[in-house]
Amino acid sequence: MSILVNKHTRVVVQGITGKEGSFHATQCKAYGTQMVAGVTPGKAGQEVEGIPVFNTVRDAVKKAQCDTSLIFVPPPFCADAILEAAEAGVKLIICITEGIPVNDMVKVKRALYGRDVRLIGPNCPGVITVDEAKIGIMPGFIHKKGVVGVVSRSGTLTYEAVHQLSTLGLGETTCVGIGGDPVNGTAFVDVLALFEKDPETQAIVMIGEIGGDAEEKAAEFIKKHVKKPVVSFIAGITAPPGRRMGHAGAIVSGGKGTAAEKMKILEAAGVRVVKNPAEIGNAVKLALGR
Amino acid sequence: MNVHEFQAKQLFGQFGIPVPRGKEILSPDAGSAWAAELNTPVFVVKAQIHAGGRGKAGGVKITKDKAAVPGLVKELIGKTLVTHQTGPKGRKVRRLLLEEGAAIAKELYVSIVVDRDSGWPVFIASTEGGMEIEEVAAHTPEKIIREAIDPAVGFQAYNGRNIAFALGLPAMEPAVVNPFIQMMGNLYRMFMDKNAAMVEINPLVITSDKKLIALDGKVAFDDSALFRHVDVQQMRDLHEEEPLEIEAGENNLNYVKLDGNIGCMVNGAGLAMATMDVIKLAGSEPANFLDVGGGATKETVAAGFRILLKDPNVKGIFINIFGGIVRCERIAHGVIEAAKEVKINVPLVVRLQGTNAEEGRKLLAESGLTLEVADDLWEAAQKIVKLTGKAA
Repeated sequence: MSILVNKHTRVVVQGITGKEGSFHATQCKAYGTQMVAGVTPGKAGQEVEGIPVFNTVRDAVKKAQCDTSLIFVPPPFCADAILEAAEAGVKLIICITEGIPVNDMVKVKRALYGRDVRLIGPNCPGVITVDEAKIGIMPGFIHKKGVVGVVSRSGTLTYEAVHQLSTLGLGETTCVGIGGDPVNGTAFVDVLALFEKDPETQAIVMIGEIGGDAEEKAAEFIKKHVKKPVVSFIAGITAPPGRRMGHAGAIVSGGKGTAAEKMKILEAAGVRVVKNPAEIGNAVKLALGR
Repeated sequence: MNVHEFQAKQLFGQFGIPVPRGKEILSPDAGSAWAAELNTPVFVVKAQIHAGGRGKAGGVKITKDKAAVPGLVKELIGKTLVTHQTGPKGRKVRRLLLEEGAAIAKELYVSIVVDRDSGWPVFIASTEGGMEIEEVAAHTPEKIIREAIDPAVGFQAYNGRNIAFALGLPAMEPAVVNPFIQMMGNLYRMFMDKNAAMVEINPLVITSDKKLIALDGKVAFDDSALFRHVDVQQMRDLHEEEPLEIEAGENNLNYVKLDGNIGCMVNGAGLAMATMDVIKLAGSEPANFLDVGGGATKETVAAGFRILLKDPNVKGIFINIFGGIVRCERIAHGVIEAAKEVKINVPLVVRLQGTNAEEGRKLLAESGLTLEVADDLWEAAQKIVKLTGKAA
């Protein structure tokens, strides 16, 4: 068991003939993921590393039976690409693209509401179920099959945590990057619910950062519904108010969304909060009594 | 991206939102000429800087005497304003807005932002105009009105009625209710059409002759959508930005200047923030946030070094790279090459982890450069703090 993706997941890459798209499609395939189709309008008939390219997602779904989309389309055209995937019947859409206009995401999120489709991201590293499917841009080799579920708003900081978990021999089940944008498809709460139900996942690492109230919502949910130990790190305790720290969503505004406040609320909900990002792995080890 | 009040008001005007007659003024002569044309009982001269609290800092002057206008312009241009939002160094005033005064009967507050949780745009309104909305929210949360707009259909008249009745507008001044509803619709249209991140009218004034007027305006734009709006791009004022941040932007680096003395260079925004945090935990303060991105190369590393070293506060540099797709030996080559081009005269700690980390560390160790190599994040942070001394 695992969450969201596994060895049966069939992936279409939107924007597969671009530089990023072709590189990462190749990497995902090498990891063992079923990369069954690509889409670039006007390039049907071509192949990328043996992956057939189609003009539309609709064609890809019909001819290659893909159920999941991985998107590398440039920001101005990304809303269109997400909606195309949803309309074509893809059930899971993982959007890597950074820099999509917020108001585009406002419309996309509204259009996806009530549909049988999940969007992960945008502006995220993707999802990996260790030794089964890597659908994203994370380095596969740092992951080890194990017992910890990881969910994060960040990319490289997630790799840092994963590296610690792997080095300590704890390993991971599935790692989910929900992305650093203010309006995204999947929240911490959604992923926490999935990890809580997954029998293989014994502990959860949640990596948050300044801005918004996704961590506060997560704390409320954990208090009520999560029995498994949760370890959390919140980046940005040193971030000054009013400044955007790289991610479009990482900003403390009007005194809201500070790291200190998030840590306090998570701790009150029973989460083991670490102040030092180098201590994430050890905290999980302790929580699991190993 | 932020713009000046006078630019925000120009946009309001384009979207049918009433604003005082006003104009950007750069000199006393221009002030004198525009004052003559305005020909109004009250003249208001307002310093244009990207920070709030201008009134309290002496950046807003009011006069009934037309002849006094050039003198006020002269007084404000070149003045440095220190407000609670500028920091202790303050901000130099280079541009002014000269406009007609309004006879204020009542001040309201209204703004639009995107609610991150629902992903819907939401109006925030209050009868407490002229105050900072964060203060109102903290002390009298019952005076904050929220109205979410369904983005599938956009602003509807009922949204406007909901806000108007919640504010008690019909009792306050029935003549402004319909214009108010129309104005809210226009404000929503501007917010969506121009890809604003935030629009705020504070105060929105009801005048003694029963008119609505946006007396102050603040608009921030979504940087990711600027490619769609050439007119907005042209409103950018580089004087309002940190020079090192401008240079970083030109090199596709994401940089925010801070006040500490350990410069950091990191790949990825989350890890960059975590690196700042770990520097603080180790007993010092970060000089900056710097994300060199997923595709860090020799060029980006060199540009990063140049920017970090231009900050006179920087007493040491901490490079923290978690190689994923970026390979550490490439970063190591980048550091070595960049160090040849840029003279690095402060202690340097390089922490490499991930793809080909060992190879990268070996290259650095054998490069002959004066630097410390580390593989663990906490160890690296302690090293750089030890080399530069703890913060006072």
